[in-house]
Amino acid sequence: MPKLESVAALESLRSDILARRDATRPCIAVCAGAACDGLDSITVATAFKSEIAKQGLEGKVDLRVTGCHGYCEKGPNVVVGPKDVCYFEVTPEDVPGIVSATLKGEVFEERVYKDPQTGAKAVHMDEVPFYKHQTRLLIGDNPKIDPMKIEDYIAIDGYAALAKALSTMTPDEVLNEVKKANLRGRGGGGFPAGSKWETTKNAPEKTKYVIVNGHEGESAAFMDRAMLTGNPHKVIEGLIIGAYAIGAQQGFIYTRHDAPRLVEHLKAAMAQAEEYGFMGENILGSGFSCNVELHFDVGIFVSGESSGLMRSIEGNAPEPRPKYIRTSVSGIWDKPSNLNNVETWANVPQIITRGADWFTSIGSERSKGTKLVSLSGNVVNSGIVEVPMGTPLRTLIFDIGGGVRDGKSLKAIHFGGAMGGSIPADQIDAKLDFDEMSKLGAPIGAGGLLVMDEDTDMVEVARYLLDFLVKESCGKCVPCREGMYQMLKILTNITEGKGKTSDLDRLGDLMEVTSAASLCALGKTASDPLKSMMRYFKDEYETRIATGGGAGSQAI
Amino acid sequence: MSEQKIDGIIEKYRGKPGALIHALTEIQHELHWLPREVMEKVAEALEVPFSLVRQIVSFYKTFSLTPKGRHEVHVCTGMTCHLRGAAKLMAKVAEITGLKPGETDTDSRFTLERGSCLGSCSIGPELIVDGKHYGRMTPDKVEDVLKRYE
Ligand SMILES: Cc1cc2nc3c(=O)[nH]c(=O)nc-3n(C[C@H](O)[C@H](O)[C@H](O)COP(=O)(O)O)c2cc1C
Repeated sequence: MPKLESVAALESLRSDILARRDATRPCIAVCAGAACDGLDSITVATAFKSEIAKQGLEGKVDLRVTGCHGYCEKGPNVVVGPKDVCYFEVTPEDVPGIVSATLKGEVFEERVYKDPQTGAKAVHMDEVPFYKHQTRLLIGDNPKIDPMKIEDYIAIDGYAALAKALSTMTPDEVLNEVKKANLRGRGGGGFPAGSKWETTKNAPEKTKYVIVNGHEGESAAFMDRAMLTGNPHKVIEGLIIGAYAIGAQQGFIYTRHDAPRLVEHLKAAMAQAEEYGFMGENILGSGFSCNVELHFDVGIFVSGESSGLMRSIEGNAPEPRPKYIRTSVSGIWDKPSNLNNVETWANVPQIITRGADWFTSIGSERSKGTKLVSLSGNVVNSGIVEVPMGTPLRTLIFDIGGGVRDGKSLKAIHFGGAMGGSIPADQIDAKLDFDEMSKLGAPIGAGGLLVMDEDTDMVEVARYLLDFLVKESCGKCVPCREGMYQMLKILTNITEGKGKTSDLDRLGDLMEVTSAASLCALGKTASDPLKSMMRYFKDEYETRIATGGGAGSQAI
Repeated sequence: MSEQKIDGIIEKYRGKPGALIHALTEIQHELHWLPREVMEKVAEALEVPFSLVRQIVSFYKTFSLTPKGRHEVHVCTGMTCHLRGAAKLMAKVAEITGLKPGETDTDSRFTLERGSCLGSCSIGPELIVDGKHYGRMTPDKVEDVLKRYE
């Protein structure tokens, strides 16, 4: 493919691709997201391939292996377009049945969704309860794309936002649109992306960098991987638009080394984006150039923290720096560096295409757009969920998630992984909103939502989370390294029935000091789960200490 | 594992100190550990002090200073897997292999690792052997899975 030299060349390529496609032809999309892949969905894909060959259906039925569809609990997932008929828990044996039903325009009844209580069937994606309460602006394209093929992305208007920005908007106009959209960072802090971009843009140094944070170290968070693996070009497109607005000449994508498909898709996507001229020199003939490099985390949580991540890209150990040095002014090799989360970048193209006014019409008053949530734990339907900001947790957990597993009752909802917090079941009507959840003590974090049932031992939850963080502390500053360790010792004693009445006061002191004096957010927020426990579940801790029981410790 | 391949990786990054982590990651993927001689070669070729190579290797968990077994067994201990019974699974794997997380047996058959969240939470608890996922594992199924790896 020769490099596209202009916006017109992109549009003519797009028309060519669409002309070669028949929108009415059935397309079978087999999910190869992390969970489906783990359930050997690839054998299902292979079975479809040979069945199509056996029946001589090439050209009549298309087959596509895609990224995560969302409903991980019921994998392997298969969606048959154009009408989006959903099949769940598909095995290779179901394949001939699905193919012949598809050819006849019928539905293969055995594998469609059945309501666990009523047995009522739901055939199309917009009828399946898990999907029908969602607004899938970001993840919804996954079933339509083979992530290894840039043409699939171009076919659904991919890179149109980049073309629009480069050909009809000045960098300032792009920046203003993102500011007006009030896009807030999806990586944990909810910091306004526009202001951060502006800081880097206005920093005096000429050399500037833009970075994708695809580290996703938060336990039980898997949406960034799903986005980046399933639709890598959307993130790349957002990054290049950001680079243009900020005036950066170099981008970095920092992600996990331990997810083979993620690595494969990203490498292929970057090579294709370069080949087609969406990154590299003179992008779409605009005169703007930006190269992008791929870097990997090598297995430590703190390298997801902004300054730690930048040390890692430089080739050093990821020891964070004090916060008074802002990375947006002095980051990688001390140059201004703008870091955003995968999902933050993925939101950029649609803001440019559809405008800030459209974007701000979705969401709550102060949190705009949709949010990807990794729903897991003791929930019936785990998976990746995308809903407008401001959606009540009840909708997430009950309407979409189908409630608590095994008929048990809800005890707590945990957000934000090891640096988040747990709130009790009676807060179920709280809204998914950066500020509201922070106030309640369970900040959204990156978006990992864990449902905890009646058997969950809240002392053990806090102990488990601290145990994780103790192993992940980089050890550079004493409050984090020692403070967490001491808290963990006390919590371990309590879970083993050796708690003392003075323990809660001691924990209180340690929480205060660690939060105040640690260098980076890892230590500063390490005690947040425990703080939420003291706020909502203190009696459980007191009872445990008083009775000395280690009773619940095996329950989790 | 061919020495040539390792030398090839090192050559690719000669004179590029900033590529230290890239070089080490690629070698780790090939050899599954980083022998001292290899680290020395890396230090020399990339023109970085040996002490920095040691610091990086001992800091990041992906790098290993000791040889690994033929098969890498991970038990995911991320939060969902934990809520769904990873501790019992780990105990069973430890019992069968006689290993604690981080250890390799004397026959170099298995290395046992604790994987933090690997992102397939919906099918937890999970056992992962040489990158192949075994989802929704229960302790009684462990023996059958491990038997397949000699
Ligand atoms: C210990 C630690 C780990 C972090 N891990 C991640 C991560 O995996 N992904 C991410 O996007 N942000 C992570 N962050 C937040 C980043 O420091 C940073 O705020 C974020 O990437 C900025 O992007 P945003 O403004 O788009 O949210 C982490 C922070 C800390 C303190």
